[in-house]
Formats: sequence, C-alpha cells, structure tokens
Amino acid sequence: MIAVPVPHRVVARQPETADTVTLCLEPVGAALPEFAPGQFAMVHSFGRGEIPVSVSSVQATGGLAHTIRSVGAVSDGLCAMRVGDVVGLRGPYGNTWELVRAYGCDVLVVAGGIGLAPLRPLILSALAEPEAYRRVNVLVGARTPGDLIARQEIESWPTAFTGVTVDQPDADWRGDVGVVTQLLGRAQFEPDDTWAFVCGPEPMIRAAARELAQRGVRRDRVRVSLERNMRCATGHCGHCQLGPLLLCQVGPVVNWAQAEPLLSVREL
Amino acid sequence: MIAPAAPAVLDRDGLNALVAALVAQGRTVIGPTVRDGAIVLAELTSADALPYGWGVELDAGRYRLVPRVDGAAFAHSAGPQSWKSYLHPSRERLWSADRTSEGDVSFTPDEPEVPSYAFLGVRPCDLRAIAIQDRVLTGGHYADDGYRRRRCKALLIAAECTEPGATCFCVSTGGGPAADPGYDLALTEIVDEDGHRFLVRVGSDEGAELLDGIPHRSADPATEETADAAVDAARDRMGRSLPPVDLRALMGASLDAERWDDVAARCLTCGNCTMVCPTCFCTTTEEVTDLTGDHTERWQRWDSCFDLDFSYLHGGPVRSSARSRYRQWLTHKLSTWHDQFGTSGCVGCGRCITWCPAGIDITEEVAALDAELADHAAYGTETD
Repeated sequence: MIAVPVPHRVVARQPETADTVTLCLEPVGAALPEFAPGQFAMVHSFGRGEIPVSVSSVQATGGLAHTIRSVGAVSDGLCAMRVGDVVGLRGPYGNTWELVRAYGCDVLVVAGGIGLAPLRPLILSALAEPEAYRRVNVLVGARTPGDLIARQEIESWPTAFTGVTVDQPDADWRGDVGVVTQLLGRAQFEPDDTWAFVCGPEPMIRAAARELAQRGVRRDRVRVSLERNMRCATGHCGHCQLGPLLLCQVGPVVNWAQAEPLLSVREL
Repeated sequence: MIAPAAPAVLDRDGLNALVAALVAQGRTVIGPTVRDGAIVLAELTSADALPYGWGVELDAGRYRLVPRVDGAAFAHSAGPQSWKSYLHPSRERLWSADRTSEGDVSFTPDEPEVPSYAFLGVRPCDLRAIAIQDRVLTGGHYADDGYRRRRCKALLIAAECTEPGATCFCVSTGGGPAADPGYDLALTEIVDEDGHRFLVRVGSDEGAELLDGIPHRSADPATEETADAAVDAARDRMGRSLPPVDLRALMGASLDAERWDDVAARCLTCGNCTMVCPTCFCTTTEEVTDLTGDHTERWQRWDSCFDLDFSYLHGGPVRSSARSRYRQWLTHKLSTWHDQFGTSGCVGCGRCITWCPAGIDITEEVAALDAELADHAAYGTETD
C-alpha cells in the first residue's frame, strides 16, 4: 500500500510570531500511530504540496501540534489554515530525541528560534518526571523578541534554569542580549553527566554543540536535530542525504559526534 | 518444483518462438531495437525487431551505431536507457486528493494495474543495477510500492556480454561480463561457422517452464565452451577501468580535493549522467491541481542531485556550487551508497561517460582523485 496522507482537522490555531503559527490537529477518522518527540510528519497543504514538520506537541488522543513558519508555498498555505480546515498527515517518520538515555543525568535544552518547537514535547516529558532527570535547563535564543515562540509557556516551566536571550532587542526588552551559548555559564549541569538536545538554525547548532563539547559534554551525548530537503520521508527520494546519512531514516536527530565531521564540510 | 534445467541452445527461430511465447502469455516484452540512430529499449512484438547486425562505437560523449557483418542481435553495449525506465518510471502518480464543498478532504492511493514485463537482453551490468535498485527501493524499512508491484511481475532474460564497449568498466566494479544470478533465463549469443545461436542457461522455475514451451535442443559441449570463451574474452576487453583501490576510503578522504574544482569547470550540471545511470533512483514530487482547485494529484518524477532545487531549503540550496553537486553524485555512487544500502551504486555500464555532453569520464575522475590523494600522502610523509 502506498502511504497516503491521513486527514486531520485544525482544532486550534495559535499565532506564535509574525510568520509562525502552531496548528493543533485531530484526526478526522482513523489516527496515525503515536508520534514521539523528535519525530516528524509530512504535512500536506491541499493543492500545494508536502513538507516535513517535527511535532511540537503529542497528545494521547492521537492529536498533535505542528509549529510552522511561513517560508514557501506549502508552509504559507499551512500557516493560512483556519480552525475547521483539513490537512493531510503522513508519519510518524524519523527517529526520536531518545530522552530516556538521559535518565539520571542533567538535561540541557538549547533552542534557536522556531527550533524550540520540536524540543517542547521533550522538555515537557523531562519535567513530568523530576525523579528521572536531575536538572533540566532550557536555553532559548531568538533574533528579536518578536521571534520568540511560546513565550508565556517558557516562563511557566519548573526548570533548574531557564534563560532567554535575543540578538537584537527592542525598546521593551529587559532580558539577555546575545547568542544563546552565552547562557551556558548560568545553566546548572555537570558536563560529564549531561545530555544536551539542540535544535535551531544550522550555524546556531554548530556554535552550541562546539561550545558544549568545549565545556566537557560528551559529543555523543549532544543530540542535534538537522534539516534537509525531503520529498518522501521513506528513504527513497535521496533528497535528505547528509554524507552517509539519509536523515529521514537515521535522523532527524543525530549525535554531534556523528554530525560534526559532516557539517564541517562545506556544501556536503 | 522443476529440477534445474541443463543449458539449452536456441536458434533464431527459437528466439522468435521465445518472444512469441512471452507475448502469448500476455506479457509486455521490452528489448533493444534500433530507433533514431541509437539502440533503445522499446516494446517488442517479435524478435525481428531486435537490432540484428548493429553494433555501437562508444567514447566519452560519443555514441554511434555501426553495422556488423555477423548479424548479431546483442553485440552492442548499454544504450541511452536502462530498465529503470520501466521498473522505476520517470513519472508516476502516487495519490490524488479531493475536497468537498464542506472542506472535507479524502486521499486515494494510485494503484493501477501494472504490466507483466518480460525484459529481453538485460546486460549483466544492468542485471546488477536492477538488484541494486531492488535493495534501495524495497530493501529498507519502507518499500516503494509501485516499484515492488512492477518488479515482482517482471521476467528477466539476460544477454551475457561478449562485445564490451570502449566506455565499459563492469569488471573493475566487481561484476560482468557473465550474468550474476537473478535472471530467469540467460542468453549467450554465438555467431560462428556453426551458425547463429544462443546458449540458454536457466535461472528460475519460470525460466525453465518458458524454455520447455519453445523449440530448443540440449547444449552440446562445444557450444558451451564457445560461449564461455567469448564471455571470458570480453572480460579482458573492457574499454576502461576504475583504479583498483578502496573506492569508499578514497571518496571519504577526498571531500576537500582540488580535483572537484577541475571537474566542476567542465561539468554542465545537466544531470544526464543521473538520467542514464541504471541505479540512480532519486525522485522529487509535484502537486498538480485541476481547474476547479478541488482535485489535486501527487506526482513523483525523476530528479537529479545536479539540480539546484534538489538540496533547496528555505533560504537557498545546500549544494549551490557545481563542485559540491558533482562531489555529491560521485561520492554517493561509490562510497556513501555502501553506508546507506550495503552496496556500491556503480555497475560499470559506462553510460555516464558515453552520454556526458562534456565527455566527463568517471574512471578518469576517480583516477585523478586517487593520484591527488597519493600525492598528498607522499607530501605528508616527506614533511613528517
């Protein structure tokens, strides 16, 4: 059987920033298998096409949420969706953050811009089990205050440390200014007993992962979520290659130990 | 279960009967034929359409038909197409979706009846290419449904290679010119003083049944020896070869090589090599709507890693330089293909050399990369 999209109805629409929207989706009929944090769906906008989007919320009802930034024809169409509209979803695809491997360790979440969205269900899972994960740190960076998503929610998380910083503050900004790695000095973690989870623009991922390695976090305990063009999500279209990796199959989450040499080659 | 059949011999009438039997079974017979100055693959209704008496003259960026006095049907090497044109077609509808006036959307998979193909004259290199595409498209966690449905009904009749071309290098990729297992029947064409005939080896029950139904005789030792000798001789007459080094390691160590700039200065990034390659499998998808806007279709079509859109992410392509795109193709083919699919992606058919408008030769590029790495290693040793 060809995997065709499964209809899902938009049950809530939350504008996040000027160009980013979170769509809460419920299956119209049969539900897809349960998604795990880190995995993605191919999201279909009628008449426009499909794009891969990580899940930003996973519910036991089969409902899930996608946070989508409008950067092209398909994402424009999805961002313009209204409550009641129907989108098609295929999935779940890809691997997960594998938070469970951080059992008993400090957890360090580093997010850049909309990169917080795929990390959100991971943060909620870690916070839901305070006895399983020692200290949860959430470090969020964005270009401007207007590019921060889930701003209220971030402040409600009972973490050991939450830091939010922007590159370009506006007149009302009273928080940190600068790149997200500057917050690492205030985070509470024992480097050799820490798992880090990183998502954001590739230059930010590179900078954060290198800084973490420098501070003594093992490179195979730094998990980064990578993005490449994807057409099929089933390992057949060839688009998501990063060197030896077919990211739709062995990613999108990759250990920094594996990703670093690949991301160090220009235009690989 | 039919016992493995002994080799047999067909004459030209026997080959005619073979094609007639396949047609009578309701199969769509695809084989080589002459059209527009090339040997192309097309549907055959009789063995008369085979390119009897035609050979080819090949070089980098060059393909010419040449008449042969011996009247052989399979004495030509790989043409511009490969069997992927049929098993993994260049355009395929995946599914369609319809929207009601209430805004509800339904999705319908496209599962048309697929033809029962019989491929006649599959080269040993192409037989390996089919096995590679089998692994890529059906061997992973997900299977390409359309490919699998076409593939499992296809009957493969190989034609062993006795006349390699000047761009052929299958032997240096570990294959050919004899046919590996995977065929239903394998033909070896012989034209000598004893006549024009085909030694037939049986590779499957289906092949044995097919052979049973057509006039043939048991193979005599002399014919078998002649066939083996012709294939053996072809092994030593390959026009080109890849350097006998660990190609995976070479590619892995050459990501920053200067040779990529050299080849990028010649490469037009046209993607011809990926279109003619029998293992290149990459596809993209297109959304096509009708005029009402309430019916949309999802189409898959061949794509090429030489295309700028191939690696496009919002903001621009990951691989914008010609250097990075040629490197992606060659490195994938010879190295990272192993990581992804447990095999090389090159069978040495030579098509990418023949059909490159700039005459870029994969064997020459690999040799240059090898020489560059050796130079660097030597330099490194001296300065240590």
